[in-house]
Amino acid sequence: MVDFVTGLRCRECARSFPAEALHVCDYCFGPLEVAYDYERIAATVSRERIASGPRTIWRYRDLLPVSDDSPVDLGAGFTPLVRADRLAAELGLDELWIKDDTANPTGSFKDRVVSVALTKARQLGFKVAACASTGNLANSVAAHAARAGMDSVVLIPHDLERAKVTMTTIYGGTVIAVEGTYDDVNRLCAELTSERPSWAFVNVNVRTYYAEGSKTLAFEIAEQLGWKAPDHVVVPIGSGSQLTKVAKGFAELGKVGLLDEVPHVRISGAQAEGCSPVATAFAQGSDAIRPVKPKTIAKSLAIGNPADGWYALQTMRETGGSCASVTDDEVVDAIGLLARTEGIFAETAGGVTIASLAKLVGSGAIRRDERVVAMVTGHGLKTVEALSDYTGPTATIAPTLAAFDAALEPHAH
Amino acid sequence: MSLTIRIPTQLRTLTGGAGEVEVEATSVGEALKALDAANPGLGDRLFDDAGELRRFVNVFLADEDVRFLDGLATPVVDGQTLSIVPAVAGG
Repeated sequence: MVDFVTGLRCRECARSFPAEALHVCDYCFGPLEVAYDYERIAATVSRERIASGPRTIWRYRDLLPVSDDSPVDLGAGFTPLVRADRLAAELGLDELWIKDDTANPTGSFKDRVVSVALTKARQLGFKVAACASTGNLANSVAAHAARAGMDSVVLIPHDLERAKVTMTTIYGGTVIAVEGTYDDVNRLCAELTSERPSWAFVNVNVRTYYAEGSKTLAFEIAEQLGWKAPDHVVVPIGSGSQLTKVAKGFAELGKVGLLDEVPHVRISGAQAEGCSPVATAFAQGSDAIRPVKPKTIAKSLAIGNPADGWYALQTMRETGGSCASVTDDEVVDAIGLLARTEGIFAETAGGVTIASLAKLVGSGAIRRDERVVAMVTGHGLKTVEALSDYTGPTATIAPTLAAFDAALEPHAH
Repeated sequence: MSLTIRIPTQLRTLTGGAGEVEVEATSVGEALKALDAANPGLGDRLFDDAGELRRFVNVFLADEDVRFLDGLATPVVDGQTLSIVPAVAGG
């Protein structure tokens, strides 16, 4: 299999680099982007070719930065796009869809980026997969490394949700809990990358490839809508990478001729108030993103110094989108609202998205007549701690009919 | 004050391959200037035309982002470590 990558290019100063394990420009430290030969892709790709591919992200391999007949794959992607009429009615929207990425192999969208990153890392000859993670990435790296027969070294903040720690350690890799925030873990990994050049840190030295995996969210949404782009997408912001790559994904579909019309997708962001450096800059009309010390139950989004925050800001402004931030109480309420209206159990980040969606509809930033898609990027079982004060059995009873009737009485159906 | 500056891979071509460099300085800005003086060309990579740290350059003093401190004016004490780290990582 061949890929259509022509090299890497600095997003800031446009210097070119070979398609190796590089993530920042040697000169200005700007992020590197994968450059493709879109003319050749356009001549190769088609809706039929995609439809005949696997029901995973790899059906879009022509638009991914690595091609391999047997990728490092647990079946990430092609998750349900669910029409959410009951939630739409609650919020005051005509047409709402949920991209349900809780259905991925390790329960979050991270399987998309990790499958791409480790396939590329293996091709580059790496034997060790590593990462800095707020939890979901840790789960996914450990699982995919196990699948690929690679060793894994995962670094996480020490105060993660228990399920995320368990789910990382079970795959048998090395898991290091760091006494600090995610930003501390991230800084450590950025330094470790210089000291351990033989390790593939998926979100550091192979980040350029890794990030491209998020484009598949846009590809799938368009395909699942019958090769039409939606009007408005709401994306949670941690580092800001997913949001910028979703925009890139829709733009690429237009560029290679897979859509009938040029896509005009408004992209809006969602942050937790306890970690909202991007939403704050958006609200202030500022270009400067001030790092913060996160304090929120949405730990998977608790990145105080977001690497792609500036690009996320530009993307939201250029596409005519907006950005909201929501309190932890609103996050918990939104998790319940999504579950009870649509039967989808989201982790706290999904609560951030749904609560932000409600806020953006309320403020008029999202119009009632738009075709809207909200990204629910991780499974609720990963963050049950956040709900422990709010959930439990309706009643606990003796095993008798009388007790059952008495317990049911206040909830009569 | 004598302090150690940790150099990322991307800049080691300018330090003769060294991952750590010792400098004398009383502030973060002074330390980076001293680093530039000893390794010509390095300053261009760290600072923009206005003399501010480039957007994608993070500098940590004793593991704290200097943007949370007093930026380039942050005073340093003897024996501290300053780390230059590319900002684009993680997430």
